[in-house]
Amino acid sequence: MLQVSGLRSAYGRIEVLHDIDLTVGAGEIVTLVGANGAGKTTLLKCLSGTQPVTGGTVQFEGADITGLAAHKRPGLGLAQSPEGRQIFTSLSVAENLRLGAYNFKDARVASDIDEAYAMFPILKEKRNLPAGGLSGGQQQMLAMARALMARPKCLLLDEPSMGLAPIIVQQIFDVIVSLKARGVTVFLVEQNAYGALRIADRGYVMETGRITIEGRAAELLADPRIREAYLGV
Amino acid sequence: MLTSKWVQLAVLAVLIAALPLLFPSGYYYRIGALIFVNALAVTGLVILVGWAGQISLGHAGFAGIGAYACALAPEHLGLHPVVAIVLGMVISAGLAALIGKPILRLKGYYLGVATLGFGILVTMVLTNERIWTGGPDGMSVAKLGLRELLRDMGVRVSGGVFWYWACGIVLLIGAWLALNLYNSATGRALRALHGSEVAASTIGIDVPRLKLQAFVISAVYASVAGSLLALQNGFITPDVAGFMHSIEIVTMAVLGGVGSVVGAILGAVILTLLPQVLTVFAEYEQLVLGAVMILVMIFLPRGLLPSIAARLKRKP
Repeated sequence: MLQVSGLRSAYGRIEVLHDIDLTVGAGEIVTLVGANGAGKTTLLKCLSGTQPVTGGTVQFEGADITGLAAHKRPGLGLAQSPEGRQIFTSLSVAENLRLGAYNFKDARVASDIDEAYAMFPILKEKRNLPAGGLSGGQQQMLAMARALMARPKCLLLDEPSMGLAPIIVQQIFDVIVSLKARGVTVFLVEQNAYGALRIADRGYVMETGRITIEGRAAELLADPRIREAYLGV
Repeated sequence: MLTSKWVQLAVLAVLIAALPLLFPSGYYYRIGALIFVNALAVTGLVILVGWAGQISLGHAGFAGIGAYACALAPEHLGLHPVVAIVLGMVISAGLAALIGKPILRLKGYYLGVATLGFGILVTMVLTNERIWTGGPDGMSVAKLGLRELLRDMGVRVSGGVFWYWACGIVLLIGAWLALNLYNSATGRALRALHGSEVAASTIGIDVPRLKLQAFVISAVYASVAGSLLALQNGFITPDVAGFMHSIEIVTMAVLGGVGSVVGAILGAVILTLLPQVLTVFAEYEQLVLGAVMILVMIFLPRGLLPSIAARLKRKP
């Protein structure tokens, strides 16, 4: 579904992504783990089109989207829940959701919103309040629900567990697993390596702008290098 | 929100209709009309500044285009003033689209300076093309002709009264259009890009195009305001496009509360009325005006209306 080959990206003259290769197959949950500053978010930005690519290609469903403008990607079925959630704080929860369906004007938008409320009941309770007043966990739910409003085939998630209480993190991860059941492909970038690898099919480990280890999630969980570096055991 | 829209419009309509009951003399109709014209330009700025989060310090340039379209087109092209208003709107929209495309890539102060430059350019053209515009002395503007039409139909109204109602109705229409935009998909997208342009683009919003749309729409508002000003005064000078006028309408928007149409109209009311009241201070007028602005910015930073509304909400 998503194929990255030889991808490079730079901030100014400093290259931060070196020759990245990775694939995300249809229906998979693939996670990218790594320490702070490894380049995970930069890679995700390259995929969503908000960070310029200096080399290599990104293919989505066989089509080259390397240079495609960011705003055209959700229409293809590639949606993102960005780092730091980036919800529209001055707009109401319901308005945030409706904006997620910006490309759609049909009747399904209303039923999609109901579905989002069913997935996250707290959002329904707070639907008319400004999104800025939500707690961190609720904002993360809103960011995911908003991304799902674009009816994605593939959802890019950037650190959905960041700064959240463990019980909320579990809830978010449960939702990600349920997305897989609905046929949505998920590419999950996480610092919480243990949690992410437990729900993922496959995983990649990134260190200072390179993919250093890749494999099946279960294998990575058992890998002594990863256990020592990322799982703290 | 739907009900809120009609409440806002109803309040506005009632105020426009009821105010003349309090007018001690015909002079106040003229001030009322002036308020409505300013409020119309400010409503356009609410869309651009308050919702889309883009600053413009040259919007009087578009008012100048609207004003001079009404002055020049009837005289040189023989067009009816009503057609001239539309012509002004078209030229303003076209010019906004043309210059907006490159300058809306700028952000913050840079965008402010670029738009400021545009306003000054318009003023300079109007001042220097003496053969057409009469230069800094200004030029007279043909009559709209509507009042004469009404007279022939047996309705006699004075100029002041006529323009009070005409501008009031145009303002209501402008506010209605703006409030409709607020709750449309485009309006939501505008307010979203104010929050975060990156997030807006990741949900499929074409950010540059949307900014340009907001710029064009607000330019058309300013153009109509300029046209109405020219027609009711019957005389126009390049000052209408001037820097001070640009600053004035931005100040009105910020004073009243730049995110809300009604708030911005309130700002226009206050800043149009205040100089009339402050004439007793004579040469200290500007000083008092500045002090009022500073106090509002310190104590009510979101603008008068939103700050007051928030305070009322807190007290049950």
